[in-house]
Formats: sequence, structure tokens, C-alpha cells
Amino acid sequence: MDFLNAHLLSLILFFPTLAALVMLFLPSKRVGLLRWYAFLVSLVPLALSILLWFQFDPSREGFQFEERYIWYAALHSSLHLGVDGLSLTMVLLTTLLTPLAILASFSITDRVKAYMILFLLLETGMLGVFLALDLLIFFVFWEVGLVPMYFLINQWGSANRDYASLKFMIYTMGGSLGLLLSIQLLGVLFQTYDLPELYKAWNALTEGTLLGMSVSTVKTIAFWAFVIAFAIKVPVWPFHTWLPDAHTEAPTAGSMILAGVLLKLGAYGFLRLVLPLYPLEARMYAGALALLATAAIVFGAFGSYAQNDFKRLVAYSSVNHMGFVVLGIAAAALAAGTADARIALNGAILQMFNHGLSAAGMFFLVGVIYERTHTRNLNELGGLFPLVPVYGGILIFTSMASLGLPGLNGFVSEFLVVRGAYPVLTSYTAISMLGLLFTGAYILKAIRQVLHGPLNEHWAHGEHRLTEMTPREIVVMAPLMALILLIGVWPSWILKVINEAVMRLF
Amino acid sequence: MTTETILWLIPLPPLLAFFLIVLFTNRWRGLSHSLAIGAAFLSWLGSMAVFVRAVGTHELGRHPFTQSIPWLPTADTWLRIGVYLDPLGAAVLFFVAWTILMIFIYSVGYHNYGQPQGDHDVKGLPPHGATVKDAHGHAHKVPSVEPMYSRFFAFISLFAFGMYLLVVSDNLLTLFVGWEIMGLCSYLLIGFWYGKPSARDAAVKAFMTTRIGDVFMLLGIAFLYSATGSLSFATIFREDVLHTLASVPTPILGLSAAGLISLLLFIGTVGKSAQWPLHVWLPDAMEGPTPVSAMIHAATMVSAGVYAVIRMFPLLRLDAGTMSIVAFIGAFTALFAATIAVAQNDIKRVLAYSTISQLGYMIAAAGIGAYVAAAFHLITHAFFKALLFLGSGSVIHGMEHGVLHTGEHIDPQNMFNMGGLRKKMPITFWTFLIGGFALAGFPLVTAGFWSKDEILADAFGHGHLAVFLTLAVAAFLTAFYTMRQITLTFLGEPRTKAAEHAQETPWTMTLPLIVLAIFAVAYGWVGIPEHFPILGGVVPNWFHEFVGSTLSEMPEAAPFNWVPLLTSLLVSLGGLGLGWWVYRGVRTVEEDKFQIPVLKNKWYFDEAYTFLFVRPSYWFAEKVVYLALDKGLIDGVLHTIGRSAAVIGTALRTYIDKAIINETIGDGTAKVVKSSGAELRPIQSGRLQQYMVASLLAFLLITALLYYFLVLA
Repeated sequence: MDFLNAHLLSLILFFPTLAALVMLFLPSKRVGLLRWYAFLVSLVPLALSILLWFQFDPSREGFQFEERYIWYAALHSSLHLGVDGLSLTMVLLTTLLTPLAILASFSITDRVKAYMILFLLLETGMLGVFLALDLLIFFVFWEVGLVPMYFLINQWGSANRDYASLKFMIYTMGGSLGLLLSIQLLGVLFQTYDLPELYKAWNALTEGTLLGMSVSTVKTIAFWAFVIAFAIKVPVWPFHTWLPDAHTEAPTAGSMILAGVLLKLGAYGFLRLVLPLYPLEARMYAGALALLATAAIVFGAFGSYAQNDFKRLVAYSSVNHMGFVVLGIAAAALAAGTADARIALNGAILQMFNHGLSAAGMFFLVGVIYERTHTRNLNELGGLFPLVPVYGGILIFTSMASLGLPGLNGFVSEFLVVRGAYPVLTSYTAISMLGLLFTGAYILKAIRQVLHGPLNEHWAHGEHRLTEMTPREIVVMAPLMALILLIGVWPSWILKVINEAVMRLF
Repeated sequence: MTTETILWLIPLPPLLAFFLIVLFTNRWRGLSHSLAIGAAFLSWLGSMAVFVRAVGTHELGRHPFTQSIPWLPTADTWLRIGVYLDPLGAAVLFFVAWTILMIFIYSVGYHNYGQPQGDHDVKGLPPHGATVKDAHGHAHKVPSVEPMYSRFFAFISLFAFGMYLLVVSDNLLTLFVGWEIMGLCSYLLIGFWYGKPSARDAAVKAFMTTRIGDVFMLLGIAFLYSATGSLSFATIFREDVLHTLASVPTPILGLSAAGLISLLLFIGTVGKSAQWPLHVWLPDAMEGPTPVSAMIHAATMVSAGVYAVIRMFPLLRLDAGTMSIVAFIGAFTALFAATIAVAQNDIKRVLAYSTISQLGYMIAAAGIGAYVAAAFHLITHAFFKALLFLGSGSVIHGMEHGVLHTGEHIDPQNMFNMGGLRKKMPITFWTFLIGGFALAGFPLVTAGFWSKDEILADAFGHGHLAVFLTLAVAAFLTAFYTMRQITLTFLGEPRTKAAEHAQETPWTMTLPLIVLAIFAVAYGWVGIPEHFPILGGVVPNWFHEFVGSTLSEMPEAAPFNWVPLLTSLLVSLGGLGLGWWVYRGVRTVEEDKFQIPVLKNKWYFDEAYTFLFVRPSYWFAEKVVYLALDKGLIDGVLHTIGRSAAVIGTALRTYIDKAIINETIGDGTAKVVKSSGAELRPIQSGRLQQYMVASLLAFLLITALLYYFLVLA
């Protein structure tokens, strides 16, 4: 038990990779074995994170379960891991969604072994970002996560996958260039990449010149380098166009993880790095960030409303929902230290978790219908409710979570963001209500086109007859739905952890 | 159990019933409706218990029953949620509990429980009837049971949960939660027969229109919360908090913070209570099954909007600007909707517009500060309008029976296909008559008279003459279209074979009608003004005393005046009389002189909204945001960058790599080596003499150079 507690984070982090290495030696032909193996091993990090959740003490200052190993001594970079309430929530989300995504992938029949290995590697990549307390390690995992996702889209995606995967890869990497340079700057300057130390040192540096420029200029440039990298990942309008393509072309489970976790990496970057490292710059440019967030909320909703492709519609909804996260961050940057800022951040972080649940659920449900009908065109569906009542009920439930219906999770976080942002960013908050209105429009459009209306007879008879969700598919949805309802009705179990972290950090 | 504990428990049974039906019992109709009705009964029981205790509590207005728990951590504080019961809440809870229970019982009969499965019924469409053989072997068409019977009870249970939650809430947040849950249920129930394109569209329309109000309301809640740090009524309505809110100015319309917050919250009500200009969803909502109409349009959802306004009255009244807006919207809606109702032929649509109009009354009453009158009309209206909707459902049900029996292809909801139903459906007729007269404000015996009269008296007494006149004209129109409806439906002779074969509905449907009819008459007696001629003071004006004590200072009852009373009598009796006189002999729709196109088409609001909002927003979404911005501009820039990178790369390769490095340096070097090799080849002849001569020459050359550099230099 002591060993477990002392190495909990590295176990969570590297277990998927070890499992992936073992998987190399499993026979490729035994598809069933590969699937179950991948699913079962992915439950281990989940179990460990649940353990971590209960062992974690929200009221303690600073990072917990810290571990530090020598990694690259010459560069003063070490494998420094640790969690606080912020990263803990994201770790839980990641380890929860990965087994569900793997379970959702049981319908994959092509090169199962490679697929599952990539998924496990992806999990390590994502977890690394959340657990890293060393900037260089952060960056390494940030990039490591890209590679498996690239191949998942490129190899298992649908028709336009080459374009989408390339756009995804190049865009994200393009964004990280500035990030890498800025990280180098910090590392060279302070001879360390250790985050807790950098927080102090970098913020203490306010005067003088660096590289022939004033410190404030350098900080501003570095700030924007960080912001652009993370803004692309979130994505903030107008850096969002990679997202609909990547989400639409990715295989179902890929979209689940992409929307559920990968987008959160960007928002996490804002919270872990941008706000603590650049409080002044963040405050100065909060207005610009809020403008872009509002644009994401409004244009994301309109963009979604314009779609006739079910999956693309859901993809655009992510732009809309993540806009609220960024709006909360902008409000917090502007009003740092006040109750408004903390409420906005509570909302933003909870919205990250909530969007992870509902977006993963929505993508999965799109996948369920696509696997059966081989179309995502909303105009070719219609009136399917009587054929698949269970699916219909689950779809309505999940869409309502996405719509932000009170009583389900999305409402709590959106309400907190709106409450926090209203006093400091009144006009932007008011304009973002237009986005909230059209969230309703696109969600209802989807339900109307898929479930309601006259039945499209094509799906009612013969070989095209639509079949109800299988027990496996219901099992994928069940934990998501349970959490959606639980957070909607009793949010304080998770919000308490987030709130404590926010109180200490900001 | 303490009253607070009961309050916590009241909303729960219907919620539990919803989950049980959806998850487990949806295959068994009887079990499902037993669960739903049992749950509604438990909630009813709890409500009655707390109502009795509330009435018996001294100074409940000052010391309401309340209890709260921490729910949401917000920085250093917690947002608390809880239950709250003051006199207003108790009065509202009373009518909500009764109407909900009645509607649940009615639904059993309405959805043909106990009837056979339909011949061709499918889920998502109304039942079409079943063929049965009687003892003599004759085939009959009879009504068939609703194919989604259990689902209906699940949905209305969730709906009931939403309403109860809203009423017992001690804060705006859970009130909003209940509010939105009802919004969802109304969407699901209006679109209950989702196979019909009209129902599907009506459902979306209802949800979206009310959502417009809801986002404003959310903004108002956020504003109020940030301004006061609390959402609980007890805190918001404290004198000092109200005072602060009233004195903080805002940049919008010159309103104070209190004014702007109440305006934002009021826009939520405009959507939910279907006030102009967001009224368009309610008539279309008639696509849902009739008990739903009663539920949405009488007992719960639309009442919730008015309840919210009355609940927020202490805040609302702080700003005269907002009050005027509220009064205007209410009075205008009351008249506007009444004009449309005159020209409608669908029995339920008449009631729908009448509901909009009556809600306008309540809103106008709140706007002129007639707090008690607004609450009174809210409650009497809930009873008689629920009665009328259920009555119209009973009529339609009877007509459908006739339609199935005769095989006629007519619309069973069109009043011009009815006539003479009083003989066929006596219970429905008499109860509908009571409801209709209450709606028309028939003097003295009906509840509607007392509540409407109080509003008129208040408007007149406090000098709101414009509101008074508008409402008086609206009241005249109300009496007129009500009598038109009763005359066309029940009086005269049957206009169709189906109407001849209409049949009284089963007891599950008539019993709720009778119960509601009792309230539609008797509830008026609890609010007879003290100074009313003869009757005044015989029974105490309990309603005014009780509900009025909710406010920190008891509102003054308007002084008695003959002008509003006579107006009230005149418009009510005049309207009823004229309605009967005009329609007593009308046989066909062509003979109806009031089929005025502009009224029939509802002042063209649907068309205008489609043209102004619906189509432009889709155009904006698709053409501007998606195609022009995302696909055109943003992706265009990205693709340009991508293409330029490719162009630069190609250029580098063609002009630098290939031309300079490869051809000049790389290939060039090789060429020089190769050609010089070729040039030099002749000297490697293999002849020894030649090599000796070359060596000698080289030796001489080196010696000469060395001599030159070392000796001479």
C-alpha cells in the first residue's frame, strides 16, 4: 500500500504504456482477446484514479502525490509529477473516458491490435499533460498525444481522413512552435523547468531587459505564444476549423476522446500555465480573449445549426461549449482574486468535465446510428424513435445535458460561468446568451431530424432494419448518464474539490 | 412530520414515478398509471397537509416555513437551496395539487384505458380505433388505447415534479430548474405524437420560443445573484437589499438595478406565459393530447410564469418603469389574444387564445400593483381553464367516438362539425357551461366574476384608466367568444352524423370535470370584497387577508365603486347575450360573419416571425457563419498558408535545390571532375619515358620556384 501510494501517479501514467508493450506480444488474430485485454487493462488506471480521488485531500495546500525522477539532468528537467484539484478532475475524466472509448471500439475489426495499442499510448500522452509539473515534460506529453490520434484518424477514419488528420496534426504542431520557444526561454533563463519554481521566479521578474527587449515585451510575446498554442487546442474561434474536420472523420471512439479529453488539454494549459505565469498579461488581454470566447459560443452554435451532417453538428457543438470555458477563464483573468473570478473558474473547470461527459456521449450515439445506417446525413434519417425507443430515450437525455437543461450537469457549469462573468464582462455574457439560445436550436434540430417526424420507411424493413442498442452500447452510456445526472442534481461532490483548488490557485 | 419535511417530500413521488415507469413498468399500462396517479395522490396529500397547516399558522407571511441546505460551493460561500412556504405559496400549492391530480385521473379515460389495441396504430401517432365484433357478429369501430400509454404517464409525472419543485422552492435557481424541466416536458408532450410533422414543429416552436425568454431570465438571475450574493427569496426581499437594488442605476432604459432585474425575469415570464410578443407557441401547442393542454395551459406551466411575476412582486414594484412595461404587455395581450379567439373554429384553439388573454389579465394586474387580484385570478383561472380544456377534450373524445362509429371523415375538433351535444353529453355540457361562464365572468355565482371584477376594480380605483378600458373591452370579447363556443358546440342541432352519434365519456373523465366545476364556482366565495353590496362581509374576504399577508405590508383593497362593477356586469352579460344571439342559428362556417382574415390568421405573427427571424437565422447560420466564415474565410486563409508553403517548398526545390545545389554544386562538381578526368586521361599513357620527362619538368619547375622564393625573395 505504501508503494502504491508513493508511486500512484507514475502507475496511473505509465500503466497504459506498459500494457501496450505487453500487447505487442499478443496474437493479432485473436481479436476478442485483444479487445478484452485492452478494455480490462484500461480499467486499472481508472481504479487507481478513483483510489487517488479518495486519497486526495482537497483542503491541503499545493500539489499532492508528488514524484520526481531524474530525466534530463543536463537540461535541468526532471520527471516531476503531482496533482491538485484541477488536474485530479481531468485525470479522472481521462481514465473514465478511455475504457468507455475502448469498449465503444469493440466494433472495430480492422487491425485491432494496432488500434488498441494506439489508444493505450494516447491515454499516457493525455495523462502526462495533466500530471506533469515540469514544463519540458508537459511539452513532451503534449506532443506525444498527437501521434496516436493522428494515426487513429488517418488509418481508421472515414472518407476525408487524410485531409482531416493532416490539418489536425499540422495545425496543432504549428501552434506548439511558439510554445516550445517560450518554454525554452523560461528554461534557459532560470535553469529549471520545474513549474512550482517557475511560478515564483517568472512572476518575480518584472523589470530589466531580456534578449535586448524589456521584460514586459518579452512576457507579452511569450504570453501570446502560450495562448495561441492553447487556443488552437481548445479551440477558440477563429482557430477552430480543424475541429469539425477531425471530429467528423475520426472513428467513433477517436471523436469521443478528441472531444472528451484532447480539447481539455488546451483549457488546462490556460489554467495551469497561462493564468499563473502571466497574470498581468492575462488581465490586459482578457477582453480580447472574452471576445473570441463569445465568438466561439455564438458562431459555434450557428455553425452547428447549419449542419446536415449529424456528426459535424455535434462537432460544432464542442466549439460552442468550450467557448463557455474560455469565457470563464477570461472573466477570471480580468477579476483575478475576487469571488466572481473564482465562481467563473469553478464553472469553467466543471464545464470541462461536463463537456467531456456529454460530448463523448453524443459522439458515441452518433456512432451507434452511423454503424447501423452508414449515413450521417440528417435528411436521410427521420422518425426513428419507434424503431429504437431505448436509443431515442438515451439520445434525448444526452442531448438535453448538452443543451444545458437544469437538473443535468451542463446547466450547473454554464450557470456558474454566466454568474461569474456577468459582473465583469456584462456585454459579452449578454451576447453569449444568443449562443445559448441557438444551442437549443441545433440540439432540437438533431432530435427532430433523427427521432421525430414521419418514419423513413427505408430503416423499418428488411436488411436495413434498424436494430436497438446492444447491451454493450448501453454499458458505454450508463456511466456517462449516471454522472450527468449526479452532477446535475448533486454537484458539490466534485465542485468542492474544484472550488478548493481554485481558492488556492487564483 | 414537520411541515418543512413534508415540503421537501412533496415533489419527489412524481419524480420517482417517472423513473420507475421509464425504467421498469413501461410495458404494463395499468401499473404505470397506478404509479403515476398514486404519486400524484401522495403529492396532493402532502400539499393538502401543508395547506391546512399554513392556513392555521398565525402570521405566516412574516414567518414562512422554510429550510435550506448548502448545494453549490461558490468561492468562500455556499449557494443554498431549500423549501419555502408562505401564504402565496400555500394558495398556489393548493390549486396545483388539485388540478394535477384531476388531470392524471382524466388521462386514464382520455387515452382509452381498457380499450382494445388499435388495428393499425403505431407509436408516435394518435390511436386510430379498433374493430371489435359484438355478440351478433357485427363489426364495430371503437376507440383504441394509446400506443404509448405508459410513456404519457411518465412524462406528465415529470411535469408534475417540475411544477411542485417550482412552487416549494425557496430560491430562484431551483425555481428555474423546475421551470425548465416543465419546458422540456412540454416539448416532449406537445410532440408526443411525434410522427405528425405538425406536432413535431409545434414542439420545437414551443421550446425555442420559451427559451428566448429563458435566456433573459438566466441573465436576470445572474445579475440578481451577483448584485445581492444570494438567490433565496428570504434574502432578496429583505428591506435593506431591496433598498440597495432600487437605488443602483443601470445604463439601460434608465431603470434601476431592481427594475432591470425584474424586467429580465419578466421576459422569462413573457415566454413561459405566452405573452405578446412571444405568444406564438401556445396555440400550436394544441397538437399535444388534451390533458397536456390542460396541464400546460391551465394548471402548471403558463401559471408558473405568472407565479414568478407575483413571487418577484416586492422587487418588481420598486421600479415604475418596469411596472408600466408589465402592465402594458399584459393589457395589450389580453385584448390582442381575445380578438383572435373570436375567429377560431378549433375548439381547443379558442381556449388557447383565451388562455393567452386571461394570462394577460394577471400580468396587467401585477403591473398595476394589484398583487392579490393577480394571484386570485391566477387560481380561479387555473380551475376553470383546466375544466374547460378537459371539457373540450371530453367533447373531442365524444366526437371521435361518433367519427369512428359513422366512418365520416371530418375534423372532430372543428366546432362547425358539432352542435347539439348537450343532449348526448350532459355532464360535459353542464360542467363546460360552468367553466365557460366562469371564464366570461358571469356575475355572482362564478369564481371568474370575482377575480376579474377585482382586477377591474383595482385598475379603476388606482387610476389606471387605459388598463381598465382595455381589460373591459377584452372582457366583453371573452364573454362573446365563450358563448359562441358554447352555442356552436352544445346548443342547436347536430351539424354532422358524427355529432349525432357522439357519446358521453367514461367516469374517469367526467369525475375530474365535476370536481373542477365545483372549484370554478366555489373558489370565488373566498375572495368576495368586504364592501361589495349585500354579499360583502357575509363571508370574510379570506383570500385577501391570507395572500395579502405575504407582503411585508398588507396591500389595501381597492375601495368599492359602482363604475367597475357595472362595467363588469355589462361586458359579461352583454358579451354572453350577444354571443348567443349571433350564433344561435349559424349552421355553416360561411354564415359566420366573424371569420375575418386578419383575425383568423392571428394578425400574421407566425408569417412575420418566419420571415423576420426563423429564415434569416438559418440563412445566417448556413451561408454566413458556416460557408462564408468557416469554409470561406478561415479555411481559405489556412489553405492559402498551406498552399504558399507548398509553393515556397517547390520553389526552393526547383530554383535552389535543383538548380543551384544539385545542378551547379552537386552535379557541377561531378561534371568538372569527370571532364577534367577525361581531359587528363591522355597523359596516363603508360609510357615510362613520358613519365620521366614529366617528372623532370616538375622537378625543374619546383626547383625554380623554391629558388625564386627562398633565395631571391
